[in-house]
Amino acid sequence: MSQEPERQEMSQEVPEHCPGVSSEKAGKSSACQGCPNQNICASGQANQPDPDIELIKDHLKTVKNKILILSGKGGVGKSTVCGQISYALAAHYESENKQIGVLDIDICGPSLPQVFGVQGEQIHQSGSGWSPIFVDENLSLMSIGFLLPSLEDAVIWRGPKKNGLIKQFLRDVDWEELEYLLVDTPPGTSDEHLSIVQYLKPAGLTGAIIVTTPQEVSLLDVRKEITFCKKVGVPIIGVVENMSGFACPKCKVESQIFPPSTGGAEKMCEEMDVNFLGRIPIDPQIGQCCDEGKSFIKEFPNSPATQAYNGIISRIHKFVATSQ
Amino acid sequence: MEVDDQQISKIKKVFLILSGKGGVGKSSVTTQLAFALYEKGYKVGVLDVDLCGPSIPKMFNLENGVINQSESGWIPVYYDNEKRLGVISIGFLLNSKSDAVIWRGPKKNSMIKKFMTDVVWGDLDYLLIDTPPGTSDEHLAVMENIRSINYSDYSAVLVTTPQNLSVNDVRREITFCHKVGIPITGIIENMSGFTCPNCKDCTYLFTRQGGKILAEKSNCTFLGAIPIDPNLTRCIENGLDFLTTLKDSPCYSNIKEITDKILA
Repeated sequence: MSQEPERQEMSQEVPEHCPGVSSEKAGKSSACQGCPNQNICASGQANQPDPDIELIKDHLKTVKNKILILSGKGGVGKSTVCGQISYALAAHYESENKQIGVLDIDICGPSLPQVFGVQGEQIHQSGSGWSPIFVDENLSLMSIGFLLPSLEDAVIWRGPKKNGLIKQFLRDVDWEELEYLLVDTPPGTSDEHLSIVQYLKPAGLTGAIIVTTPQEVSLLDVRKEITFCKKVGVPIIGVVENMSGFACPKCKVESQIFPPSTGGAEKMCEEMDVNFLGRIPIDPQIGQCCDEGKSFIKEFPNSPATQAYNGIISRIHKFVATSQ
Repeated sequence: MEVDDQQISKIKKVFLILSGKGGVGKSSVTTQLAFALYEKGYKVGVLDVDLCGPSIPKMFNLENGVINQSESGWIPVYYDNEKRLGVISIGFLLNSKSDAVIWRGPKKNSMIKKFMTDVVWGDLDYLLIDTPPGTSDEHLAVMENIRSINYSDYSAVLVTTPQNLSVNDVRREITFCHKVGIPITGIIENMSGFTCPNCKDCTYLFTRQGGKILAEKSNCTFLGAIPIDPNLTRCIENGLDFLTTLKDSPCYSNIKEITDKILA
C-alpha cells in the first residue's frame, strides 16, 4: 500500500507543555525552547491549511449526510451499533435505491468487515479511486481490514501514518452518491478523532452519535467524548445506551449486567444537555449475528432490540431533517 | 533523560496488560490481578497508560487521589496504609471527570515517558501496566521506555472476550508482541458467561471459549476464564471496596488460579 509522505517531517519528541501546532503561540511559547520542531512551528508552516481539505470537500459533495460514531470507552459496541444502524438505514432506503456507505477508521482494530460478513474481500482500484466493498445492494463498506493480507496482521502505526490513511480514505474512495456516510471510529479522543473532524468538518459534518454502556466506568469516558465534540464543534445527534439489561432466556427475569449506578446514559444526557436516542438491551443473538456477519434487524424483526434500533433510527431521521 | 538505575532496578517483574479490543475488561482484569498479588503479600504497582480513558482510579476507588511531587519524582497514590499497592494514572491529574485529554501521539509519548521514568515506586515485586486498546503510540512508547530503562523481566498478559470480533483483535495483538519482541505470558478470557441470579442458568453472552481456542491455535498459554459478576461491576460503580467484594465473588477462585499460573 502506498503511503504519501508527511508534508513536513516533525519530530515525535515534544515538550510536555507543547501549545500545539495550530496555536498562535506555536514555536514562540516558553515550552517551545529546545523543542526540535520549534523552527517549523514558528515559521507557521505547520499551521498552513491542508490543500487536501479542499479536495476532500469536493470529493464528498455527493454525500448528503456524514455521521461519526464515537465512544470514549472501547468495547461498548460502537461497531455493532454502527453495523446495525447501517443495515437498518439501508433497509429503509432500499425502495428508493439510495445508498448507504460505511467507513471504518479503527485502524488498529477494524471490526466492521466481520460485522458485515465481508472478511477477506479485496479492494479494487479503479480510475476514480478505491471501490468500496458492497455488503448489500445499497450498502457499501471501506475498512483497513480489506488492505491487510491476513487476520493476524497488526497495523503498528503511530499517529501521522494513521492520519495519512484516513485522509486517503476520505479523498480516494469512490462512494458515488450517498444518502448517509457513517464513520466508525476507534475508542478515545486522539489522532484519529482530531483528523477525521479536521478533514470532514469543512465538507459538512451532520453530527456524531455517541455509544455507551450504562455503568459509570463507561459514562466517565463518554463525558470526555461529549467535551471533545463541544470543543471541536461537532453537533451531537445523541447518545445510544447499549447493553442495557439482560433478560435471562430461561426464566425471563431481567438482570442489570452493567448496572446504571449513576442513572445511566439518560440522566447523563440531561446533565450534559444532549439528546438521548434510546437503549438497546443485551441479546446474545446480536453478538452472534455480528460474528456471522448477518443483519440482526432482518433476522429477528420482532425482538425488543430491533424495536429499540427502529426507535433510534427514527430519532436520527428527525435530527437530520431538522438540521438541514 | 537521566534515569536513576538504582531506583528502577527495584522492580522485579513488569506485566503489560494488553488487548486489541476495547472494553474487554483490561482494567478490571488488571485490578483483579493487582489485588490477587497484593493478597499474596507482594508489593504491587499499577500504572495506567490509557491517557484518553483512564478507568483505574475508579476501579481502585481512588478517584479523589492526588499525585504528590517529591524531590526524586512523582509519588503514587496508595490503596493501603502499608503502601503495598500504589497506583499511577492520568486520571489523578485531571480537574474534573468530564475533562478530556485530546492529544495526538507525540504528547502522549512524552507523558508516558514521564510516567515510566519519574515515578518513585520504591521496591516493587510486580508492576502491572494497563494499556489502551490497539497497537499504536502508547504501546510503542511503553516498549521503548521498557527497553531504555533496561527492565530485565517483562512480559504481556492478553485479555479477550470469547466472541470472534474480540478474538480477531487479539490475534493482531499477538503479532504486535512478536514484532516488538515482548514475551507472552498467556491469554485470559474475560466475561465468559453470565449466571442468572434468579435461576442460576448460565448464558454465554458472547458465545463460548474463543479465548481458549485462540490460545491453542497461536501456541500461547491459556491462563483461564473469568465469568461475569454483576456484583463486581456494582461495587466499582458504587465505590465500595473492590477487594472485599472480590473475595466473595465466583471470580475470585478463577483469578487466584490465573495468578498462580502467571507466577509459575
